[in-house]
Amino acid sequence: MKVVVAVKRVVDFNVKIRVKADQSGVELANVRMSINPFDEIAVEEGVRLREAGIASEVLVVSCGAQACQEILRTGLAAGADRAVLVRTDQALEPLAVAKLLKAVCEREEAGLAILGKQAIDDDANQTGQMLAGLLGWSQGTFASSLDISGGRAWVAREVDGGLETVELALPAVVTADLRLNEPRFATLPNILKANHKPMATITPEELGVDIRPRLATVRVEEPPRRPNCTLVADLPQLVAALKGADGPRGAS
Amino acid sequence: MSGYTAPLRDMKFVMTELAGLDQLSSLPGCEEVTPDLVEAILEEAGKFASGVLAPLNAPGDKEGARWDAGEVKTASGWKAAYDQYVEGGWSSLACDPDYGGQGLPKLVATAVMEMWKAANMAFSLCPMLTNGAIEALSLKGTEEQKETYLPKMVSGEWTGTMNLTEPQAGSDLAAVRTKAEPQADGSYKIFGQKIFITYGEHDLTSNIIHLVLARLPDAPEGVKGISLFVVPKFLVGADGQLGARNDVHCVSIEHKLGIHASPTAVLAFGDRGGAIGYLVGEANRGLEYMFIMMNEARFAVGMEGLALSERAYQQALAYAKERVQGTELGVRGGPKVTIIHHPDVRRMLMSMKAQTEAMRALAYTVAGATDIAHYHPDPAQRSAKLAFVDLMIPVIKGWSTENATEIASTGIQVHGGMGYIEETGAAQHFRDARITSIYEGTTAIQANDLVGRKMAREQGQTLKAVVGLMRAVAAETGDLGNEEGPVIASALDQGIDALERAGTYVVSTYGVDVKAASVGSVPMLKLLGIVAGGWQMARSAVAAQRHLTEGTGDAAFYRAKLVTARFYADHILPQASALAHTVVHGAPGALGLAEDQF
Repeated sequence: MKVVVAVKRVVDFNVKIRVKADQSGVELANVRMSINPFDEIAVEEGVRLREAGIASEVLVVSCGAQACQEILRTGLAAGADRAVLVRTDQALEPLAVAKLLKAVCEREEAGLAILGKQAIDDDANQTGQMLAGLLGWSQGTFASSLDISGGRAWVAREVDGGLETVELALPAVVTADLRLNEPRFATLPNILKANHKPMATITPEELGVDIRPRLATVRVEEPPRRPNCTLVADLPQLVAALKGADGPRGAS
Repeated sequence: MSGYTAPLRDMKFVMTELAGLDQLSSLPGCEEVTPDLVEAILEEAGKFASGVLAPLNAPGDKEGARWDAGEVKTASGWKAAYDQYVEGGWSSLACDPDYGGQGLPKLVATAVMEMWKAANMAFSLCPMLTNGAIEALSLKGTEEQKETYLPKMVSGEWTGTMNLTEPQAGSDLAAVRTKAEPQADGSYKIFGQKIFITYGEHDLTSNIIHLVLARLPDAPEGVKGISLFVVPKFLVGADGQLGARNDVHCVSIEHKLGIHASPTAVLAFGDRGGAIGYLVGEANRGLEYMFIMMNEARFAVGMEGLALSERAYQQALAYAKERVQGTELGVRGGPKVTIIHHPDVRRMLMSMKAQTEAMRALAYTVAGATDIAHYHPDPAQRSAKLAFVDLMIPVIKGWSTENATEIASTGIQVHGGMGYIEETGAAQHFRDARITSIYEGTTAIQANDLVGRKMAREQGQTLKAVVGLMRAVAAETGDLGNEEGPVIASALDQGIDALERAGTYVVSTYGVDVKAASVGSVPMLKLLGIVAGGWQMARSAVAAQRHLTEGTGDAAFYRAKLVTARFYADHILPQASALAHTVVHGAPGALGLAEDQF
């Protein structure tokens, strides 16, 4: 079974996000970019499936600019077998990405697609679900564990009340939550090997996918600053403050 | 307690703009080492340093290594981290591919080494000493010795040690007394005691390969009678399997000011009938072999100076941005501010930052030159770079480590009283840094090497060539057309003037009054370090301005580089003139008293 893992290049989680002066979006110039952390977990899961003999090949796919090659190399160093870059300089919305991934999954005759549950830049949490819908595959989102045997998959999902386990018929789309696994550190020999693993580039046109944006961004702004907190000396003061006319300060 | 983040931005800047990373892949044998690959290696090494090694640094310091009945237990987490280090293939990074190494060039190894040392210096010493032993065996071992030991040392399955020091033989290795008695089967029995053996005993691996300096029965007195032996903790059979426990035992480990998690062993050889050893290379040439490896080891200790300075800076910076104290100077009744708003805290942070960046720039430039000296097809290029590397090694070692103690001390100062409290973590860097200007040759030993072998013996030829390069950079900096350029150029030119004054004095005095020249040797070493650092900061400023003019890359980073170079010019470079005065005029005051006048 071939496994497709989708990875996205996002602003590194350590970077303090700034909104562009013209409010058209988030400042990306000269900002450190990395692989989306949830996608790292997805790659690790794919590699573990191959090591367990369940997957025959792990393919990492990214959609976007040439620079996405960096995170594809990260995926290859983590153990993926080959990479595909769907290259475009146009900004992509979740639906466009889902369509591109659908085309790749079909071309590759994949049996399983693993994605991060969401990307930490726009937090859309849509691509995996849309991909499953477009492909007509079953889906197990927010996975905290994944077991596969006999053409079926069991996914423990992280839901509000705890864990919910769903049984899926393959092929399927699984999106990775934080606790699915702990990604390993890439080894030096694998980093060196990654340079020799195949990386193909393809365009949305070649895949016959329309990636025109359907949404318009009106304005991006910073969240409102929280009002200053007031320190109270003891419990009676706290109660008094809570009962005060303005209501509790600093709560939101 | 603060974490560690590898300064990838500055590392890549220095590697690309100053140390010739882009040209590396054009050298024969380095074709694969493209900037993209190097970037990937540094990223992953940075993750390992921050995620695995750095979190163990403070707990390791607190717990330390423990000795119990001849066995040494490393601090909690050490074994797991070492296993991960080995599984990651990091131990083999710069080693010979013939024995399982990855054969990556020195420049790449240097940046990675900085990360290990900054994240956890006590841990990093284990692989560092193993590398020294690997190098000795690679250079002088027999084929059989290489086959027996190298693959498992390269992979990290076994570690290595260097056994030089004895109680009466510290800086003066001519006094080594450990004996080696020839046996009928061609092996030797080793008897004696060695001290200060880093990772001489531990629980990380199944075997430890000791390299030991000892004297044969008929050996001449002094330095020309010392031979090198390989003495494994467990004897290795012809099939590669571990055999009998050898007669080398850890009698105790030292209680030290710093690097508590690095076990410093006292090793007894031959207390139970003789430790079995095998001669490495030819008899009586052991010390000479040690000197072949000296450059490598001294450079590595210099990197410890750089690495600890970076770590101390990161810790002080985080505190300065968080600690609220007082109001902004000149703002009456204003709000309380973080201490980074206070001018003297700024000055301290900038002094840490500027000197650390200058040390990195010089060290990586020397590493890049080492690669050219090793790989370049043109022998003239190779020998020119080798002369530059030889001149700079004692400076990298002596200057960077002396700086580290001072910078880590400044790091404590930024913290105020909290810096003196162990829990804060700033004190550990200071304690750890203090050894670096002592071991692998004290600063005075480095300075003797500099003024004697590297300057006087060749009439200052290499220094003159380097001064020529410095002058050209000063001229270029003066013409940058920005506010900083002329300031940097003027300070650098004055620094070079001082360097020439002092250099001329040392070269002309060394042959006629070696004591007078020696009084000035440590100031001479610092002077060369400071001016060479200024030279590299000026090169950095030139590169930064080029990017600003072209509008390429991160303008904020390049602006900061210009300001940092200017700080270095106004706060650090002026020390050069004072040091030159001491070099030229300092002898009568230092040597004038009779011993009983002290």
